[in-house]
Amino acid sequence: MSFINYASREINCKIVYYGPGLCGKTTNLQFVYQKTAPEAKGKMISLATETERTLFFDFLPLALGEIRGFKTRFHLYTVPGQVFYDASRKLILKGVDGVVFVADSQEERMDANIESIENLRINLSEQGYDLDKIPYVIQYNKRDLPNVVSIEELRKELNPTNIPDFEACATTGEGVFETLKAVAKLILIDLKKGK
Amino acid sequence: MSNPQMVMYDEEFKQINAVIEKLLREANSKVIFLVDKNGQLITGVGETERFDTTSLASLTAGNIAATGGLAKLIGEKEFSILFHEGEKDNLHISIVGGRVILVVLFDNRSSLGLVRLRVKKASEELTTIFARLMQKAEEKEKSGDTDFPFAEITDDDIDNLFS
Ligand SMILES: Nc1nc2c(ncn2[C@@H]2O[C@H](COP(=O)(O)OP(=O)(O)OP(=O)(O)O)[C@@H](O)[C@H]2O)c(=O)[nH]1
Ligand SMILES: [Mg+2]
Repeated sequence: MSFINYASREINCKIVYYGPGLCGKTTNLQFVYQKTAPEAKGKMISLATETERTLFFDFLPLALGEIRGFKTRFHLYTVPGQVFYDASRKLILKGVDGVVFVADSQEERMDANIESIENLRINLSEQGYDLDKIPYVIQYNKRDLPNVVSIEELRKELNPTNIPDFEACATTGEGVFETLKAVAKLILIDLKKGK
Repeated sequence: MSNPQMVMYDEEFKQINAVIEKLLREANSKVIFLVDKNGQLITGVGETERFDTTSLASLTAGNIAATGGLAKLIGEKEFSILFHEGEKDNLHISIVGGRVILVVLFDNRSSLGLVRLRVKKASEELTTIFARLMQKAEEKEKSGDTDFPFAEITDDDIDNLFS
């Protein structure tokens, strides 16, 4: 949950990037890191294996600016996507304010996408969150590859409730900021409602 | 959302800082941080400018979360104290009032025994302050008397953040 500090006039929110192994979560954060002005970002931390698979999490703090005199910070986290890291994924979801589900658009990853979204729903509900009630957006990543599933098909399988969704190529950065903005906006609107 | 909003007010912020300033002196330590279990820095005293406090907060919370997971696996509720010993500097990490993490960094000018002793006393004081803080936040929320800054934000305010 967000942390509002009236003493230092700061508000902190936590965004988690979720999705199957190798879908491009870490790449999303790397792109945001590269394109953000030095004064608006902190260090990016990646706890990864020697083969650059996320082992525990990636972390990127962003301080985008002020709203009504409050410094507004977003803490971006990724989970490890590989199935057997489920215990770590649960830990990272603690205190989440908004979720980005990164889907891998390649045909052969469709089952992995579906499994990962189900896993997200279960892990959230264990913490008392309902995926249908929290700020949540979907990104269809790797649109540059030849063997991708059509957007209609992806929507049907992964986005039945019609939440905001975006096509992306995280390696070139297409769609990366659109996705982040959308979830940040949903979080701020939630805060506004005083949730 | 299921959890109460974590907030901090001026009054409690000052009280908390006073407690950890005192702990800093009495435990002969170099720097002390308080971190929310979700990884957000609450406050720090001592040589804070020497450290990347945001990273430190996030990793501390990750560390507590991971060891908490381990504790559950072996049938413990949590490990309430962690100690990391380095060549020069050491970290004493403990959980205060179930929800806040207290991090004390010290070198050989102090000792684990001293830090432990002083942390114990400070923890009690901090627990009381945080309990009061939570109660205050709840009451404010119930009475609708929040000076919540976001109640009146507009779409423009939000869009401007990203421009
Ligand atoms: N062609 C293409 N490759 C991509 C895209 N996004 C990511 N990749 C590549 O996919 C591989 C995996 O990306 P990561 O960002 O490490 O994946 P991850 O989701 O963090 O994976 P885990 O940490 O195991 O959960 C890397 O080689 C990326 O360069 C994309 O949009 N297009
Ligand atoms: Mg990764």
